[in-house]
Amino acid sequence: MLLNQFLLLAAVLFCVGVYGVIVRRNGVLVLMSIELILNAVNINLVAFGTSAGLAGQVFALFVITVAAAEVGVGLAIVLLIYRNRRSIDLDELSELKG
Amino acid sequence: MLDKVWIIPALPALGFLLTLCFGKRLGPSRAHFIGIPIVGVAFVLALVTAGQWMARDGALDERGAVSDIQQSCSREATTISSGGAAAGDGTANEGSTAEGGTGGDVVSAAPEATRAAESGGGTEELTRPVIRCLSWWHSGPLQFDIGTQLDGMAVLLLVVVTTISLLVHVYSSDYVNGDRRYTHYFAFLSLFTASMLFFVLAENTLQMMVGWELVGVCSFALIGHWWEEKPNSDAALKAFLTNRVGDVGLMIGVIVLFFAAGQNFSIYDINVMANNGRINHTLLLVSSCCLIAAVMSKSGQFILHTWLPDAMAGPTPVSALIHAATMVVAGIYMVGRLYPVFFHGLSIAGSSINLLAVVGSVTAVFGALLAFVQKDIKKVLAYSTVSQLGFMVTALGVGAWTAALFHLFTHAFFKAGLFLGAGSLSHSCGHSFDMVEDMGGMRKVMPRTFWTFVVGTLSLAGIFPLAGFWSKDEILAGTGGLGNAATGSYYFAFIMLLVAAAFTAAYMTRTIWYAFYGEYRGHGHPHENGSRITVPLVILAVLGAIAGFANLPGVLTFEHLVEPVGAYFPGHEQGLVHADFNLAVAILSTLAAVGGGLFSYLYYFRRSFKPLEGFSGRNRVAHAGKTLLENKYYLDKLYTDIIVGSIKKPIAAAAYWVNQHVIDGVVNGAGKGAVVAGKFVYEKVDQLLVDGAVNGVGSVAESSGGELRRFQTGHVQQYAALFFAAAALLCGVFVLILG
Amino acid sequence: MTAAMLAASFDVPANVAFGIVAALMIFSAVRVVTTTNVVHAALHLVVVLAGVGVNFLLLQAEFLAITQFLIYIGAIVVLFLFGIMLTRAEIGKHSGLDNSRRGVGVIVGLMLLAVLSYSLLRSFKGVHLTFGGSVSADNTRAVSDEIFSTYLIPFEVASVMLLAALIGAIVLARKD
Repeated sequence: MLLNQFLLLAAVLFCVGVYGVIVRRNGVLVLMSIELILNAVNINLVAFGTSAGLAGQVFALFVITVAAAEVGVGLAIVLLIYRNRRSIDLDELSELKG
Repeated sequence: MLDKVWIIPALPALGFLLTLCFGKRLGPSRAHFIGIPIVGVAFVLALVTAGQWMARDGALDERGAVSDIQQSCSREATTISSGGAAAGDGTANEGSTAEGGTGGDVVSAAPEATRAAESGGGTEELTRPVIRCLSWWHSGPLQFDIGTQLDGMAVLLLVVVTTISLLVHVYSSDYVNGDRRYTHYFAFLSLFTASMLFFVLAENTLQMMVGWELVGVCSFALIGHWWEEKPNSDAALKAFLTNRVGDVGLMIGVIVLFFAAGQNFSIYDINVMANNGRINHTLLLVSSCCLIAAVMSKSGQFILHTWLPDAMAGPTPVSALIHAATMVVAGIYMVGRLYPVFFHGLSIAGSSINLLAVVGSVTAVFGALLAFVQKDIKKVLAYSTVSQLGFMVTALGVGAWTAALFHLFTHAFFKAGLFLGAGSLSHSCGHSFDMVEDMGGMRKVMPRTFWTFVVGTLSLAGIFPLAGFWSKDEILAGTGGLGNAATGSYYFAFIMLLVAAAFTAAYMTRTIWYAFYGEYRGHGHPHENGSRITVPLVILAVLGAIAGFANLPGVLTFEHLVEPVGAYFPGHEQGLVHADFNLAVAILSTLAAVGGGLFSYLYYFRRSFKPLEGFSGRNRVAHAGKTLLENKYYLDKLYTDIIVGSIKKPIAAAAYWVNQHVIDGVVNGAGKGAVVAGKFVYEKVDQLLVDGAVNGVGSVAESSGGELRRFQTGHVQQYAALFFAAAALLCGVFVLILG
Repeated sequence: MTAAMLAASFDVPANVAFGIVAALMIFSAVRVVTTTNVVHAALHLVVVLAGVGVNFLLLQAEFLAITQFLIYIGAIVVLFLFGIMLTRAEIGKHSGLDNSRRGVGVIVGLMLLAVLSYSLLRSFKGVHLTFGGSVSADNTRAVSDEIFSTYLIPFEVASVMLLAALIGAIVLARKD
């Protein structure tokens, strides 16, 4: 198996995830897109790690851990937003508008 | 003392400074305690100098004559003395000396000395003038010196000036007592004395000019001593400005001589060069004419004499000192000093008429005429001075140099005596000088004044054996008018001077009648004055009587002491002939004087010519003549109204026009232009350009900010998009270009 | 059989499996970001995550695969579904789940893809996977050995971080 096929797959997933982050309005969907990105990164890690022992896999494990934590906190924030504004449309969150 | 003769003018100058600084502190009317001792010392030193001069031995050659000239002073003298050695060796060729031209001079000088020894039957000593100077300023080849030239005529004037100044100082301490500006008066008297002495001792023409101007300034200050009354300040200004007119001539003359003599100011050099034909005759003529203009103004010759009678507005001692004895003779002295210039320039030898003689003769007569119609005694004496100065100038013009200086000498004494006598009269007649209205019968009340005045009058009229007779007679003889031996044959001058002599006696007799005889017509209580006034009168009367014996014919002490002999003065070869005593001339002059005096005596004292009284009232010609004299030949009117007025009115109008239209036009135009420019700058430059730029910058910033602000949407996803795009771009750059 | 033969005989079915799974994953990923149904998006995400797990298996990271299935699909997706529920997302199709930046997103995505694929294809052309080191039959043991020896500190840090995240999430989301 070529290394490239895994890497390309990861690249595609990554780009789709980036598209999703940019385009999606719903906060939860954005978080999902972020998950796509993270998983693409994981594939990369493991694919590269095959030639160097278990370092890739260990790191991928840590990534999963962090991703879980992140999703937890992220959803808590989304809930808060929902509670405050009765909607989680990210387009409405423009307090930083200059 | 002959070397250090500069001390004599320095002392009164010091006196001036001391009086200015400390005079007031001595107390009111006590400033003379500084002035009198200092002038006294100067007088003593002048006598010492005279004594030393008279005691000198003369040397027989030019070398000796120039040995008393300091090396740095006279360039001619140094070259002569360097060439003198060669001539003394007998080599007379031009190539033997470094300066061939001066070698020729020495050759001519040495034979002159021997010739002088042969003629006249006695050893004629060459005059050794003592010339000392120090270099004041160097400018390339140009050298300005300041120094003293002491010879016979300088010694003469030193004695005369210091004597009269001392007597006037003593007289003034009584006459001006209690005056509002006593200290100031004495300060200026000292300054005048110093200036006159400085002028007399001048070694070069530039210094002479400085002295000339200084005495003019002192005259101005002293005439206008009581300047609070406008006529006095007017008189002072008139004196100064009229002198200024002549000073232009002086300046031009000095400049012409400077260049003619090879850029040399030294009087000795100019004289030597003029006397030896090394200066172009035309240049000598031109400079003579210019200098004659200066003489006309300073010495009150006709046309420019108008200031002298008005100068009588000053205090009487000032008139005695300045306008009788000393300052007015500055012109005479200047001509005498630079005599070769005039002698050769006007070709005095062998002529029968020249400018100097004409000017002098006319002045003598016209001045005397004006004295007849004066009621103010000082004005009579002023016109008399004008007339006598005319005598002196005529004497110089006919080549009787010694006669002129001798007359200067005697005239100083008796004229000063007459002026001080007039002052004495006025001092006791309520300070008025009007002899017709306020005097009369003074001979009983003021005997000393009367007798000194009479002695002075007789001397002035030229009655034997008083001083005026000898000096006036010498002048008349010097004209050569009766065909006697003289430098030329000046018939016109002779006749005019005779007439003037007759007039002199006549108007002086008239004055004595009005002042001293008849009934007292004034309103005061006249009395004889104190000794500080009468003693100088007596001294001057005595001097005025006996001064003539200094130059008795045959003995001629005065001539031997004063007249220079040498390369720098015209002698026999140049045609200067000393006229001997001529009995015919003497008798004629005495007859003229006596005749004039007698006529006046009979008219006034004896009232013999009753039909003639009031003649000018009846006869139209006589009336016109009297009006002409009373208006002083309308000369004042000519000067003030016609000449000055016609210049000043159009010039003033033109200047006003220029001021209003040109200058104000420029100024207003500048202002208007500034306004227009300002408006333009405001509207176009400031509003459009500058504000436009400033506003433009602001609006650009605003719009660009507004554009840039659109990136700040506040939407995090947009930020993420930008971020990822940038990262992709960067990676692309790294991979594609740098990879 | 030698390792190479084993590897070689492993190849063809592996590649086929990979291909199928990859296609599925890509399709599902695209559906995640384009579907108008939120729940469908979550379900598609499940497919993607599962595919990632299968990839891990293909890459002989068994422990990781199990972890992936367990945590990602088992916990995180459930979390997502709870989140969808709690935020009252509309059940069913809902238009307007995309904002106005579709064009920008496409461009950015394509840019990234271009750069990445270009560099990957250039750099790793023809590189075969080498399962370096011994192909351990017991992957779990090996991984845990690694974690608790070499990567002990990161492990502890990760634990603390999880604790912090837990507390933080609770604090944020509690009602008071």
